[in-house]
Amino acid sequence: MTTTNLGMPTRVRLTPAPPEGALIDSPPFPQAAIRELGKDTQRANLRHATHTIRTKRQRVVAELDHWQDLRSAGEAVKNRVARHLDTWLVQLEENLTRAGSTVHWARDAEEANRIIIDLIRATGSDEVVKVKSMATQEIDLNEALEEAGIAAWETDLAELIVQLGHDRPSHILVPAIHRNRTEVRDIFLEEMGRYGTPPPEGLDDDPGRLANAARAHLRDKFLRAKVAVSGANFAVAETGSLVVVESEGNGRMCLTLPQTLISVVGIEKVVPTFADLEVFLQLLPRSSTAERMNPYTTIWTGPTPGDGPQDVHVVLVDNGRTRALADPSGRAALRCIRCSACLNICPVFEKVGGHAYGSVYPGPIGAILNPQLRGVESAVDRSLPFASTLCGACDDVCPVKIPISDILVQQRHRIVEAKKAEAGRKPHLEPVLMKGGGWLMGDARRLALMQRAANVFGLVGGRTIGRIGNWPVPGLSRWLRARNVPMPPTASFRAQFDKTRGGQR
Amino acid sequence: MAGPTVALFATCVNDTMFPGTPDAVRRLLERLGCTVVFPRQQTCCGQMFTNTGYFDEAVPSVRTFVEAFDTFDYVVGPSGSCVGAVRHQHPMLARHAGDAGLERAVGELTPRVYDLSEFIVDVLGTVDVGAWFPHPVTYHPTCHSLRVAKVGDRPLRLLRAVEGIELRELPDAEQCCGFGGTFSLKNPDVSIAMATDKADHVVSTGAEFVVAGDNACLLNIGGVLGRRGDRARTIHLADVLVSTREQPTTASATTAGRAR
Repeated sequence: MTTTNLGMPTRVRLTPAPPEGALIDSPPFPQAAIRELGKDTQRANLRHATHTIRTKRQRVVAELDHWQDLRSAGEAVKNRVARHLDTWLVQLEENLTRAGSTVHWARDAEEANRIIIDLIRATGSDEVVKVKSMATQEIDLNEALEEAGIAAWETDLAELIVQLGHDRPSHILVPAIHRNRTEVRDIFLEEMGRYGTPPPEGLDDDPGRLANAARAHLRDKFLRAKVAVSGANFAVAETGSLVVVESEGNGRMCLTLPQTLISVVGIEKVVPTFADLEVFLQLLPRSSTAERMNPYTTIWTGPTPGDGPQDVHVVLVDNGRTRALADPSGRAALRCIRCSACLNICPVFEKVGGHAYGSVYPGPIGAILNPQLRGVESAVDRSLPFASTLCGACDDVCPVKIPISDILVQQRHRIVEAKKAEAGRKPHLEPVLMKGGGWLMGDARRLALMQRAANVFGLVGGRTIGRIGNWPVPGLSRWLRARNVPMPPTASFRAQFDKTRGGQR
Repeated sequence: MAGPTVALFATCVNDTMFPGTPDAVRRLLERLGCTVVFPRQQTCCGQMFTNTGYFDEAVPSVRTFVEAFDTFDYVVGPSGSCVGAVRHQHPMLARHAGDAGLERAVGELTPRVYDLSEFIVDVLGTVDVGAWFPHPVTYHPTCHSLRVAKVGDRPLRLLRAVEGIELRELPDAEQCCGFGGTFSLKNPDVSIAMATDKADHVVSTGAEFVVAGDNACLLNIGGVLGRRGDRARTIHLADVLVSTREQPTTASATTAGRAR
């Protein structure tokens, strides 16, 4: 056990402490990106991992002639869900209840955490094993449990690496993507023994032996735990079934061994019918792990007498989803099935990794989801929609055809409007410049006048300097410190055209 | 038989910074039998405003675009990005402006707006434009030409038909060069890291020129190549296609030729 000094009476922690501070207080993306760009090992790890998974994904997707049809089907099912979310959720609740599950509704993270803490306390247990879950990361459940005196043990291998490393996830699917196996070995040797079964002596960085060390460490926890907490990839309204898709089988251990199972499910995870899974169980593995089929798919419909958890709870969480649903220009983001294909293909993510995004949802999907779920008040959420070149690579790989680039632009607009509304209270230079630019482009005569000025500059500069080099021009030095720029020409095209052709029309 | 009359959409970046490129388009299309006119009311596609979140500020550009081009059957621009912005974003901006008349005009106009490569291949119906360019080149398919304008392999088909050209494959060709408009100013460090990758890939081909259909992307890639003193130069597709034995395009006439 380690202790953390919080400036108050020292409290003994049950689980490894994550980095201090709340994600919402993270620095804006450009600043965080500079920090992350400086980590050479991480950059090499990210480059290797993203390029490997991209290639594999491309290969398994190319195997299916009807991939585009599958994407359209996934999009259509998810749009149907969004159109009648109220209907499906009521149906889901009825069928979950009929199957013997207990349904809880949570408006936000705080309410969800309170419900979960009460449920765990009622069992008398002071620890839980966890299935990898983005929803529980989103509500920061582990820290809420820690404060309530309940230890939450991550059992997904990568989540375990992150937890033991006092770290934060940097990817939706592979949260330790920023680590290589030597770093993993070091984390295991340093931390594992403090929180349970230690690694074997002389552990090296062989992937098989690292996996065995994790297996031995987790085995005690699986066998001991009375309560498991999971998320769900899908919740079937028609049958009241929950679905978890995973690779390792550790999720299956959590979902079958403990007495009590608590599943935290975002309300957008509902699908109308069992048959809808046919579409998503093809789309998800190929888009995420680049597999034709994932190794473990666990589907449960309430408790089964004498087999598996007997006390089954489902916490349905809103936490900003209905707000996102209310926005026609952004609601398509709710179609997301958390596959991570957009992260893996993103050239910006490849450079900076997930930690730069100050959120559990990094990459392109995070850049459109966070401002909708969390709002645009924080510095980090205001910066995220701008963390993209709008290259559109993510649009092409998204298995449910979320128009990520379009939504990025819409979210930028929303942030600009928020800035404009602050005019007079906070100084914002950009709106003034953009207004001037918009006016300039509103009339060709104004543009031509600006071009004349550029031509004079080009005429003088072209003769004396030749090109624009690393000049310390405020603002522009961001560009000029790495790039030369040619001098403006001595005549714009319109001026040349006038001369040669007398001007048409 | 006389070819169609084409309204040349120069784009503001080319008009202001790279007049050689729209002039190459003019000469190329005239060589192919078209009559080329330059509507003087044109300014900009407004993309810089739209993509930075300034929709109100982009609307004047939409209006000037419609005023400049609405009477023409063929509007051709040497930029997948600007053409893509017109086709993909102008309808949204017109809706945003709440101007039904503008929305209708935009809806009627945008299907007549072509990227240069689309116009040559689809409308003129040729891939061999009689060009001669005896140099090793590599082609960078710019993101917006590929994914917004969706020009597909048309530029490559045009390049393959150029006499004397040696086309070399660019590693990670479809990866963004890191420009991204105001992204390069808002996130300069990431932008530079991406541009450096692209420049490295260009250099690894040993090509003399990197060809693309967008001068804004070439300004970014060429800026890094020029600063580093790399041998490779940037050149717009139009400058390659206009080159002939009689009137060859020379390195000094290209965009990066002036950035060293």
